Amino acid sequence: MAEEETELSDKQKKEIAKWFLLNAPAGEIQYVAKDLKFVLNNDDVYDEAASEAFPVYNKSHMICLEMPGRFGDVLVTSYGELQGNEYLDPKTAQVAIVDHVKQVCTEVRPATDEELSTPYVEEYRCALEAEMLKYVGEAYPKGSCSVYCINGKDVEGPGYDFELVAVISAARLSPQNFCTGSWQSIWNIECKDDIQVLELKGKLQVGAHYFEEGNVQLDAKHECRDSTMFQSPDDSAIAIASLIRHHETEYLASLEASYLNLPDATFKDLRRKLPVTRTLFPWHSTSQFNLTREISKELGIGNFESLQLFFACLYPLFGVQVVE
Amino acid sequence: MEAAMGLMRRMPPRHSETALSALLSLLPHNSSDLLSQVDLPLQVLSDDDSGKRFILCEYNRDADSYRSPWSNKYHPRLEDAPYPSSKLRQLEIEANDIFTVYCDQYYEGGISSVYMWEDDNEGFVACFLVKKDGSKTGQGRRGYLEEGTWDAIHVIEVGPEEETTRYCLTSTVMLSLTTDDVSSGTFSLSGSIRRQMNMNLPVADGHLCNMGKMIEEMEGKLRNSLDQACLLLSSLELPLHVYFGKTREMVCTLRPPSEVLPMRLPDS
Repeated sequence: MAEEETELSDKQKKEIAKWFLLNAPAGEIQYVAKDLKFVLNNDDVYDEAASEAFPVYNKSHMICLEMPGRFGDVLVTSYGELQGNEYLDPKTAQVAIVDHVKQVCTEVRPATDEELSTPYVEEYRCALEAEMLKYVGEAYPKGSCSVYCINGKDVEGPGYDFELVAVISAARLSPQNFCTGSWQSIWNIECKDDIQVLELKGKLQVGAHYFEEGNVQLDAKHECRDSTMFQSPDDSAIAIASLIRHHETEYLASLEASYLNLPDATFKDLRRKLPVTRTLFPWHSTSQFNLTREISKELGIGNFESLQLFFACLYPLFGVQVVE
Repeated sequence: MEAAMGLMRRMPPRHSETALSALLSLLPHNSSDLLSQVDLPLQVLSDDDSGKRFILCEYNRDADSYRSPWSNKYHPRLEDAPYPSSKLRQLEIEANDIFTVYCDQYYEGGISSVYMWEDDNEGFVACFLVKKDGSKTGQGRRGYLEEGTWDAIHVIEVGPEEETTRYCLTSTVMLSLTTDDVSSGTFSLSGSIRRQMNMNLPVADGHLCNMGKMIEEMEGKLRNSLDQACLLLSSLELPLHVYFGKTREMVCTLRPPSEVLPMRLPDS
């Protein structure tokens, strides 16, 4: 174990540093960065790692940043990513310029026509955005939502397919209570003109972290599909938002069930609450235990199972109370 | 060191081995501190002499060999290796036998090992280890878990033998579980928690009895804090200051269950 380690190259150090940054739980990358800087003790390596890892982290966690100038918030996602550090906010038709490492939006500029979708697609996108904002406002205390057009932005009218994606990102960070949590949903909506169908594909992801006197992390994922009729922009939007609401509510219920199942069913395969005998272990009778071992040896019931049985019969005699 | 432990507290527990080896390579001079402070999932070796498996840890290691509690031999073989005194070895043998029964009753399987060694202050230290694979393919009788392990490490420092002897217990449980089904997707929980408990107990009851009771109580507490959390689910307003409860509370405050919201179906 105490072998002489050869000094790591800066490139190796940078890769390790990136690994730590990218594995930070939701909302904790700045804390990880602070500790990492200390451990690395090399600002150049750190800066390089940070400049590569932060954009990836910010996009995969879909962080929400405030835009200057009362434009509200922008979500940093790969769907809204333009060139450089520019992210489209379709809601306000603004482009946010983001400082990834500081996790702030430094500037905004109006989006150009090429960056936005055609009026035909925009009508669908906009109607869905309105429905989604309503839903997210009701269902998530601190949720943000964006609807992007990711395919067929230039479709001018009926006869062609296009694809929208609706994302929801919610995070609750309370580092002072040693916990953080996040929820993400990504809903791809393919608008298939030829068969007049809207196909939905949802990816839901939940994470939570508790780190006082320990480190406990929850990670849950779910995927689902559904479809509905391609209708007018408003009717399509209402139908899609209802489906999303339905699937997310169902998923939340099943998450609840997973939690409720933990104590009785799930954990039981790891450790029981009480021994199979339903009484506390008879530590006081360990001298008897040795005795029974001797007896069982003499009786030739050497195999473990019979010893167990033998034991189970003896427990009531020890007078250990049942604590259930 | 503090920063390194800070990083360990935030990295996914599932990747603790990767995180540790990364830290070891960045901080080669702190390797012994890191290795002693970071708990990793327990490893197991097979003892050919007894046909039983035993758990590896720092406390039965010398160089690259590990002492089996069953045969008292080092694997692989090692010259001039340290052994507990014969009196302590006797207690160790007894502890291993009893702890095997204890584990069978609580864990319905799993592997256990107990190691003891003399310390510098006329007392001794005992380390009780449990490793349970509760997955469908392992020893999970009910088959709920796609993957599920429970590793427990209990280290008890026993003070010099007096009428009432001081026992200091430090317990760590490392847990990891995944359930997977079509309707609810994958659900995975992993982590480690560590707690301490100190007691002065009459030596007349016997060391094994005293240590065993403390471990049983501690395991119960750790197990209960998991349960408690889950039972408190229904009332989200309650502050759930229990370990596993926290993570759950976080999820539900992100998105309160929406029974309150009437379902709106598409107008047909």
